[in-house]
Amino acid sequence: MARPAKDAPVLLRLDGITKRFGALTANDGVCLDLKQGEILALLGENGAGKTTLMNILFGHYVADEGAVLVSRDGGEPAQLEPGSPHAALDARIGMVHQHFTLAENLSVLDNILLGTEKISALKSARTPARSKLEDLMTRSGLTVGLDMRVSQLSVGEKQRVEILKALYRDARVLVLDEPTAVLTPQESDTLFAILKKLAAAGLGIIFISHKLAEVMASSHRIAVLRGGAKVADLPTDACSQRQLAELMVGHEVSETVRDARTPGATLFILTGISAGEGREALYDVDLDLKSGEILGIAGVSGNGQTMLAQVISGLETPVAGEMRLEGSAFSHANARMMIDAGLARIPEDRHRDGIVGAMTVSENLAIETIRKPDCQRFGLLRFTAMRDKAKAMIDAYDIRCQGEDSPARLLSGGNIQKIVLARTLEGEPKVVLAAQPSRGLDVGATSEVYRRLLDARARGAGVLLISEDLDELMRLSDRIAVIHRGHLSAAEPTETLDRGTLGLRMAGHTMEAAE
Amino acid sequence: MSDILEIFMSASFWAAAIRIATPLIFGVIGALICERAGVLNLGIEGIFTAGAMAGWMAVWLGAGLWGGVLVAALAGGFFGLIHAVLTVPLGLSQHVSGIGVTLFATSLSYFIYRTALPDVSSPPRIEAFQSLDIPVLSDLPFLGPALFQQTPLTFLALFLVAATAYVLYRTPLGLAIQAVGDNPAAVESQGLSVYGLRIGAIVAGSAIMALGGAFLTMSAFDAFFFGMVNGRGWICIALTVFASWRPGKALLGALLFGAFDAFQVRLQTEVGSFIPGQVFLMMPYILSIAALIVVARRADYPRALLVPYFKGQR
Ligand SMILES: Nc1ncnc2c1ncn2[C@@H]1O[C@H](COP(=O)(O)OP(=O)(O)OP(=O)(O)O)[C@@H](O)[C@H]1O
Ligand SMILES: [Mg+2]
Repeated sequence: MARPAKDAPVLLRLDGITKRFGALTANDGVCLDLKQGEILALLGENGAGKTTLMNILFGHYVADEGAVLVSRDGGEPAQLEPGSPHAALDARIGMVHQHFTLAENLSVLDNILLGTEKISALKSARTPARSKLEDLMTRSGLTVGLDMRVSQLSVGEKQRVEILKALYRDARVLVLDEPTAVLTPQESDTLFAILKKLAAAGLGIIFISHKLAEVMASSHRIAVLRGGAKVADLPTDACSQRQLAELMVGHEVSETVRDARTPGATLFILTGISAGEGREALYDVDLDLKSGEILGIAGVSGNGQTMLAQVISGLETPVAGEMRLEGSAFSHANARMMIDAGLARIPEDRHRDGIVGAMTVSENLAIETIRKPDCQRFGLLRFTAMRDKAKAMIDAYDIRCQGEDSPARLLSGGNIQKIVLARTLEGEPKVVLAAQPSRGLDVGATSEVYRRLLDARARGAGVLLISEDLDELMRLSDRIAVIHRGHLSAAEPTETLDRGTLGLRMAGHTMEAAE
Repeated sequence: MSDILEIFMSASFWAAAIRIATPLIFGVIGALICERAGVLNLGIEGIFTAGAMAGWMAVWLGAGLWGGVLVAALAGGFFGLIHAVLTVPLGLSQHVSGIGVTLFATSLSYFIYRTALPDVSSPPRIEAFQSLDIPVLSDLPFLGPALFQQTPLTFLALFLVAATAYVLYRTPLGLAIQAVGDNPAAVESQGLSVYGLRIGAIVAGSAIMALGGAFLTMSAFDAFFFGMVNGRGWICIALTVFASWRPGKALLGALLFGAFDAFQVRLQTEVGSFIPGQVFLMMPYILSIAALIVVARRADYPRALLVPYFKGQR
């Protein structure tokens, strides 16, 4: 990949940034330079402090020590006023946050205009803004309908709006916090093509990612954080994926492999399930899951996976069809009946469906077993028992937090996922429904998730793995079925499939050929 | 049946509907501005009372009528500021703070009134606003008396509806207010101040609410008496939901309520002999609840309503 010139000016300098939250040091004396035209990838485990560092750079947080220096119009870097996003924007820093910061009730155009005009102006100058944006969209290749309400956009489109927001303000430094975590593989490719174009045009870009392949393919330089401190800063050509994984985690990461196993009896069956309507509907879905196997459901998100997961977890009643777990029918089940029958789920949107942010880690860990005797007696909660159990789970699943009593919302994204995982697998469920289980997880945590899912399989549980990551599917699943526009293909053994055919089927090709 | 039709045919019915709707228009517009910014203002009932008392008192002490309106707005802004400080930077429960403001503003108004006029038995009167005589329009047959013979405050209320709609949908400030009620993080990441916008919106909204109270003492009646606000503030909170936080629909809702109320008074005189009067008094409220049930299920709540925002926290 074309590198920026050796003598390219430094756009941005982080100088000894330290940030503490109580006893926890989230950033520990981090120094970092970004040159014009450079794409820098920032790596690190979940909770390593990547988002915190970027939030300091953008003024959301104030560093306890250290300074952010920015060069304005090619001059020497000068200190940026701490704690002011306004100052950061003024210095032409653009930020795409890990969680979208869009007003859903406004149009795309208004979201981009927000804050760019004088607040006392008597009229919003939409017309000139629109033509500037149209120009920007053709030049960058980021196209979105400007008059759409943000609530109607797909995640990929929202991502584009976030980048457009930064470009509209003529950003010279663009920071993207896990931009590809929720994008489909195709959308990610497009995004990186755009980023390379922008870097070639002179922007400095920092992006955070857990996907080592895309980091290797699309960055000039890689910085690694571990426990809040910078442990490596290398040109991309000089590192390998294996070496990066080790740098992040601090020890060697073992590859998880699926051993050969003969699956047991059929455990869970769906016959002729139809549910929902519109984009996320399901049509006549058949599926059978055996004990001791992992069944992969491949598909680009938005093809009915969410509805499938809802139906299976008892959150949505199908309009037709039948669902059987170990022989008993569950077509009009609710979530509690499914949990009692031995189903456990890892929801796709863990912030919304997985945790209660205001409740503590130990309460979140106990939430699905709250009616069992080890959590309550005579209708009263047993807090000491819950806490002890939480401590054990925090150790076993390596959940990084300030203790079992801290509110769950304070945890980093990856660690929230570990809470959900620990809770899901703790009760030794018969069927595990895992929707995008490694989304947003670091390499260490991902291999941990894989290991746990394979353990569940070895124990005789049936695992339904919904994912759009082909590597993950090929590595873990015994059989794979493809979901496209609400239709589920028949599952085939993984050995008989390859990435190419799966990719084509996910895009809907074989369906037509078969007819 | 023809009697009922006759009610709708009379100009005085429509004039009364608009008169009854006027304080509600002020109130619902004020509540809507606060809620669009993400803060519920249950101080409204007390702010009505404070506006009614302050406006009346200013005029009684010798200020001009418009001076009284200004004093009422300032009083509303003051109580709005209390609510804003408690709920925005301090992030306290908006319900608790709002009800606290209502209790405080109501009792403080009564206290000041009683202290200034320790032993009057009938409330002293002021020279209130008179209906405007607009050339040509006021003289139109039927339409003139129905729509155009109102006091200046009614026209101010209608103007505020249009102005609020314009500001909300067409200016950078309005976009920012809409955004801060939906996702404060969006506002902060675009370099604007979440606290500034919210506090500003609450103060402005409360000042407008207080004008609804001022209308009661300075246009509808010409005196201040205890209990005169009589739940109008709460009605405005319900109307905001009915209006789905849109100024145009807010006007419609207030007018509908005004029409129900004017209608029940007239119906009472028609058929009051065999149905108890209380049934009629209940009618506008029952109809409002019915309308809310139909509309509110689809209501498009500002997503950040009731959720406090703290900078630098997750
Ligand atoms: N506002 C806050 N209050 C308390 N603790 C916080 C706060 N923000 C972050 N933390 C803690 O700081 C640590 C670093 O979090 P951060 O979000 O920066 O991690 P990250 O590297 O972005 O992880 P991920 O890959 O999971 O997104 C975590 O342990 C987190 O719990
Ligand atoms: Mg992060």
